[in-house]
Amino acid sequence: MNEHIVTSYEEELALLDKKIAHMGGLAEHNLGQAFDALERRDPRQAELVVKSDKAIDQFERDIEALVISMIARRQPMANDLRHVMVALRIAADLERIGDLAKNIAKRALAIAHESHPKPLMTGLGHMVELALKQLKAVLDAYSERDAEKALAVWRDDAQIDAMYNSLFRELLTYMMEDPRNIGISTHLLFGAKNVERVGDHTTNIAETVHYLVRGTNVADDRPKSDQTSTTLISHD
Amino acid sequence: MDAIVANPSSATAAAHVMPGSGFKVSARDCNVYYGEKHALKSVSVDIPDRSVMAFIGPSGCGKSTFLRCINRMNDTIPICRVTGKITIDGQDVYDQSLDVVQLRARVGMVFQKPNPFPKSIYDNVAYGPRIHGFAQSRAELDQIVMTSLEKAGLLKEVKDRLTDSGTSLSGGQQQRLCIARAIAVSPEVILMDEPCSALDPIATARIEELIDELRSNYSIIIVTHSMQQAARVSQRTAFFHLGTLVEEGETGHIFTNPNDKRTQDYITGRIG
Ligand SMILES: Nc1ncnc2c1ncn2[C@@H]1O[C@H](COP(=O)(O)OP(=O)(O)O)[C@@H](O)[C@H]1O
Ligand SMILES: [Mg+2]
Repeated sequence: MNEHIVTSYEEELALLDKKIAHMGGLAEHNLGQAFDALERRDPRQAELVVKSDKAIDQFERDIEALVISMIARRQPMANDLRHVMVALRIAADLERIGDLAKNIAKRALAIAHESHPKPLMTGLGHMVELALKQLKAVLDAYSERDAEKALAVWRDDAQIDAMYNSLFRELLTYMMEDPRNIGISTHLLFGAKNVERVGDHTTNIAETVHYLVRGTNVADDRPKSDQTSTTLISHD
Repeated sequence: MDAIVANPSSATAAAHVMPGSGFKVSARDCNVYYGEKHALKSVSVDIPDRSVMAFIGPSGCGKSTFLRCINRMNDTIPICRVTGKITIDGQDVYDQSLDVVQLRARVGMVFQKPNPFPKSIYDNVAYGPRIHGFAQSRAELDQIVMTSLEKAGLLKEVKDRLTDSGTSLSGGQQQRLCIARAIAVSPEVILMDEPCSALDPIATARIEELIDELRSNYSIIIVTHSMQQAARVSQRTAFFHLGTLVEEGETGHIFTNPNDKRTQDYITGRIG
């Protein structure tokens, strides 16, 4: 790609990417820290996550302001137009990911004094690990303008969904074994749902990156694999 | 007067045209030489009826040259030689038996700098119909002048001063007067070569609004250096570079996702 004749335009586009990278890094960090707070039952760390989410929100507003100002002053065209629109969409998805991390952190506060079912926490930990790996990969795909990498992220979201479905079943079983488990299980279930949603936003970003690079939408439909809305429990 | 056989590249263009509306102007393998200089290189394009096509590209890439091929204005340049084929409604523009004066009535032209004749507003518009003998009576001529001024969006502003000189109008009004003058001879195609480059933003917006209204009755080709203008007024856009037509397509597509890197570099303001 050739450079813009107008240097300051080139610099603004670069600044936009820098902000996205920074914001993405923060969302990634908060998600990891939120789970850590949940697992270690650390209310102080949970508080930190909740607080630093404000910085993520601020990034979204900054990116939005920069994009609007660039549209007004520079009237971006073609790939530049896709670039600024895509930055706006990615910022919105990252903001949601930040919120979801905050939700998980709040759950850490709520269950700080309950005992944890170790294997279930491990299951959730695997989900978080994969969600973080996906998020990192999609942010790399954006900064490298790598449509193939974005597509791989898009496809791999099915794994997060599969993990969520199996964790959902495990939690149901655990609740049925002993009603005293219901409180903690419900929190973990919502936590898992939050992570599954992080996967969905990451997938959105993957689609967005693909559009940025190729100028076309991802063609084939990814199979929908959150089946928990139709999961039935047999009482026998 | 052979019918043009659509080539594969024009098949995609055809997909964007409403059924039955067809192409108004077609060029095949059009070349223009100014003496030794090969200014336009094998340009082939189909221009739809009742729609606006924008020509964009860096200065000197041949936009005006190609525009002048369509109404044979290049004939007036002694060193200029044109090869290839251009048809309007399938009729060969360079056919020996074709009356060039007649052709210029069918293909109106509006220039960069508004160029009203140093005559009254009325006479500016009546000029064409008079030479072509369009009106049988003064009443009929009045009618043509009024309708043309109305269509050019100028009637309201000048109806009480039709005897004033055309040159007494503002730049934007003068350009609309030139459009009225072009419309007065009932053209089918209107060529506009950077029609707004001498106008302020408000006058430009008026002309753009007018172009949008006119497109329901004419095939319009506009050369513009403003990418935003091309994006605003046209349905299709053609990008010229160094005498060749690099890419032609639906305007929305050209400005969001052009196929050719040269188009992309030009419209995004990059060094080519
Ligand atoms: N009357 C002419 N005599 C000689 N060369 C010309 C003449 N008109 C245009 N040219 C040359 O042909 C090329 C295309 O010019 P033109 O069609 O005016 O470009 P554009 O309208 O895209 O700016 C340029 O190199 C220009 O110098
Ligand atoms: Mg020109």
